[in-house]
Amino acid sequence: MTISAAPFISTAIGPPRRGGLDQLFKMLCFSAATALLAALTGVIVSLAIGGWPAFKAFGWRFFTNTTWNPVTDVFGGLGPIVGTLVTACLSLLFALPTAFGVSIFLVEFAPRAIRQPIATAIQLLAGIPSVVYGMWGLFVFAPFFAAHVQLPLAMAATPGSLLDKLTSGVPNGANIFTASIILAIMILPYMAAIFRELLLSVPTQLRESAYGMGATSLEAVWKVLLPFIRRSAVGAVMLGLGRALGETMAVTFIIGNSHELPKSLFDSGSTIASTIANEFTEATSAMHYSALIALGLVLFMITFVVLGIARVLLGALKTY
Amino acid sequence: MLIGLTRRVTLAIAISGALFGAAQAEEITGAGSTFVNPVLSQWSSDYSKITGDHVNYQSIGSGGGIAQIKAATVVFGATDKPLPPAELAQSGLAQFPVVIGSILPVVNIPGIAAGRLKFTGPILAEIYLGNITKWNDPRIAAVNRGINLPNIPITVVHRSDGSGTTFNWAHYLSQVSPEWKSKVGEGTAVQWPTGLGGKGNEGVAAFVKQTLGSIGYVEYAYVIQNHMAWGSVQNSAGRFIAPSIAAFQAAAATADWTHSTDFDLVMTNAPGVNSYPITATTFVLMYKKPKDAARSAAALKFFKWSLEHGQPQAAKLDYVSLPPALVRQIEAYWAKEIK
Amino acid sequence: MASALALRRKGANAVFVAFCAVMTFLALGLLVMILYSLLKNGLGGLDSKVFTMTTPPPGEAGGLINAITGSLIMCAIGMVAAIVIGIPAGTWLAEYGGDSLYAKVVRFLNDVLLSAPSILIGLFVYEIMVKPLHGFSAIAGGAALALVAVPVITRATEDVLKLQPSSLRESGVALGTPLSTTIRNIIWRAASSGIATAGLLAFARISGETAPLLFTSLGDQFQNWNLMKPTAALPQVIYQFAMSPYDDWRRLAWVGAILVTGAVLATQIIARIIIREPDRQ
Repeated sequence: MTISAAPFISTAIGPPRRGGLDQLFKMLCFSAATALLAALTGVIVSLAIGGWPAFKAFGWRFFTNTTWNPVTDVFGGLGPIVGTLVTACLSLLFALPTAFGVSIFLVEFAPRAIRQPIATAIQLLAGIPSVVYGMWGLFVFAPFFAAHVQLPLAMAATPGSLLDKLTSGVPNGANIFTASIILAIMILPYMAAIFRELLLSVPTQLRESAYGMGATSLEAVWKVLLPFIRRSAVGAVMLGLGRALGETMAVTFIIGNSHELPKSLFDSGSTIASTIANEFTEATSAMHYSALIALGLVLFMITFVVLGIARVLLGALKTY
Repeated sequence: MLIGLTRRVTLAIAISGALFGAAQAEEITGAGSTFVNPVLSQWSSDYSKITGDHVNYQSIGSGGGIAQIKAATVVFGATDKPLPPAELAQSGLAQFPVVIGSILPVVNIPGIAAGRLKFTGPILAEIYLGNITKWNDPRIAAVNRGINLPNIPITVVHRSDGSGTTFNWAHYLSQVSPEWKSKVGEGTAVQWPTGLGGKGNEGVAAFVKQTLGSIGYVEYAYVIQNHMAWGSVQNSAGRFIAPSIAAFQAAAATADWTHSTDFDLVMTNAPGVNSYPITATTFVLMYKKPKDAARSAAALKFFKWSLEHGQPQAAKLDYVSLPPALVRQIEAYWAKEIK
Repeated sequence: MASALALRRKGANAVFVAFCAVMTFLALGLLVMILYSLLKNGLGGLDSKVFTMTTPPPGEAGGLINAITGSLIMCAIGMVAAIVIGIPAGTWLAEYGGDSLYAKVVRFLNDVLLSAPSILIGLFVYEIMVKPLHGFSAIAGGAALALVAVPVITRATEDVLKLQPSSLRESGVALGTPLSTTIRNIIWRAASSGIATAGLLAFARISGETAPLLFTSLGDQFQNWNLMKPTAALPQVIYQFAMSPYDDWRRLAWVGAILVTGAVLATQIIARIIIREPDRQ
């Protein structure tokens, strides 16, 4: 019987478990994740309970009707739902290339000395309270937009053309287009910050190998760096999309707040979040209250669908 | 010697009462209508300097005020829309008015300054229904002879958020226009036939200022502070009345409070030759048999002080105090209803 | 000849660099414009009174000290709760949960909560904390802010941890350390800058939130240190004062906005100093 001099190393895959502390740590992390799950489920369940009367009363018509009448207690959420989707898509459309451009600039091209200051400055955009975005949007941006973009475009468009249809609307700068721009400015810093962190985490060998082969910056970024961070980059887009879908204060100031379907880019509309914010504190009838909660639940459903699609798309991509 | 003793004892009681009172400073929370927020915060600040009690009022909206008092998370709620006696009885609530304000139509028409334009109730309703679409419409011109109204389209601006201001405006339009009453009705939020929604009085004021040819409805304080172009409105006696503290008080004096139960009365279109037609009241809701009797009593003391001594501050902020007869009626109501 | 292709590649690259530069300057330009509005409207009102007096009624002198302390307290509660739950949760998702069904569900729901309108989160906290206890409180406000911040931190932490090269983990295993030690000493440290960014993003988000505080902490025009009572907060005061017709209230609203933005900037600078990273670029 020999006593082995070497410590016993398990041939099972994985680091050796040194009992208590390791298990405790894992338990703590697991509890945190479970606590998170409990909170999320709680929110969704309480919304479902609150919104159920509205769904029961209106059924499918809640999703297809644009009538929103608090006096007769008839509620249809199509206007806010369409508005939410349109503003979220438009804001992503504006913010994604900008965030992308900013983060690439900071990682690849900017002179070393000013990199951190510019990064801090961009993140400062995230620190401005949403109320301030709303006020700036209403008092500064909307008149500017109305005078310098909306009016010239509307006057230049020949009646009946596609451009005319797209640009019709009261020229006061309060419409879904300007709301999308403000949203884009708000979600830009989140996406840019995360993109930058992701790009900085790419292993130097990968970057060096690309440049070593003579790739231009564009080719290195497009063909090497971006594919590497693609999966996590979707997470950054989710952060931005999340903010865009749920932003309340800034949007209510500038979207014009009409429950009808917007007929053009420069028409006023509403989003689910803005409708809830506008009407929640004053809702006196139980059905009104329930309809607003139901709208909130619809927003969750929209998020489910969007995230589900994103995951399916990601699943189709090969991991690096 | 006896007199000296009495004096000393009285002094001792007074001092200990003051100390004891200061140590027992009450913290009273109230919530509700945004409309009363400025004047309540002024009254509360002055009251705390005098008595040390903190009355913390937060404006979360009339609906919020009603919901919170029903959930008993606050000592009093404030609402611009009165609750009917049946609903009050069901929840065990008492209701009384505290302050009066008014709503003015404001316009943005080139060449038209404040006070020049005249409106009748039906004209306002037709504009907001979308039946009158141009400023030089003959119906508007008929009551505005001598004013050159331009041929520009009317852009209607209304509130996007629910509010007591909207409730009173829509209530007034329902009173003067059967078509409005059947098509739209009244409420803190309604389905507007036409127009854009601005958030808060500020949002409506901003839209009106920025959009040529627009019309909106805004609270009196905003109009004064923002120097907006208001129009005078015809009252039920047929006279065109310009908004002023006197005109609002005239409306309050002629409104039929004595015949209302639990003060359930919306003051718009008040009779009376000098009454401004679009005046509004804010009501306070409190429990008749509150669980926290001490705090409730402290809140009532605060309102008593505000109703009796709060006129100067209210006037400074462009609000209208209740006429003395109404104050007496309210205090009698307290004695009867609130334990 | 290779030169035509080379020219094309160089040209495309030049356009790309220009695009990135333009985007950056666009973003910076917008920032400057908004900051200019902020400073123009609020700088005049920034004086010592702001830090010594409570919110006044219209027309009287006053400051924002009750809102400042309230915001500090509630953001602190929110951030502590969010960090204590969010970082371990993100770690669990990245290191332990992997692709299990449970992890997938947690990850998915976390993303869904990210896009919840914060007013609904406030409403949830109202139902479970404010209504049963019959009172608004700073704790409820902090809880609502925590619920807004946790998904941000969890998401960002998981992403940053997942991007750490597996060679780091392998080095830990090769040394014979337990996974928890590897995570704490190697991976967290390597990802510290990213985790700090996550924390800063979350703080930036909750420092400016108004809606979740409406039904949880309510607000208070007086100074309040009692965590179980309603408390003022800067975004709530900003919103209330900005929408009023009184000039002095509006001036205070802009001052409040400067304070919030300044606080976020200060936290960022301080965090960068603390988490001093060797120059990775």
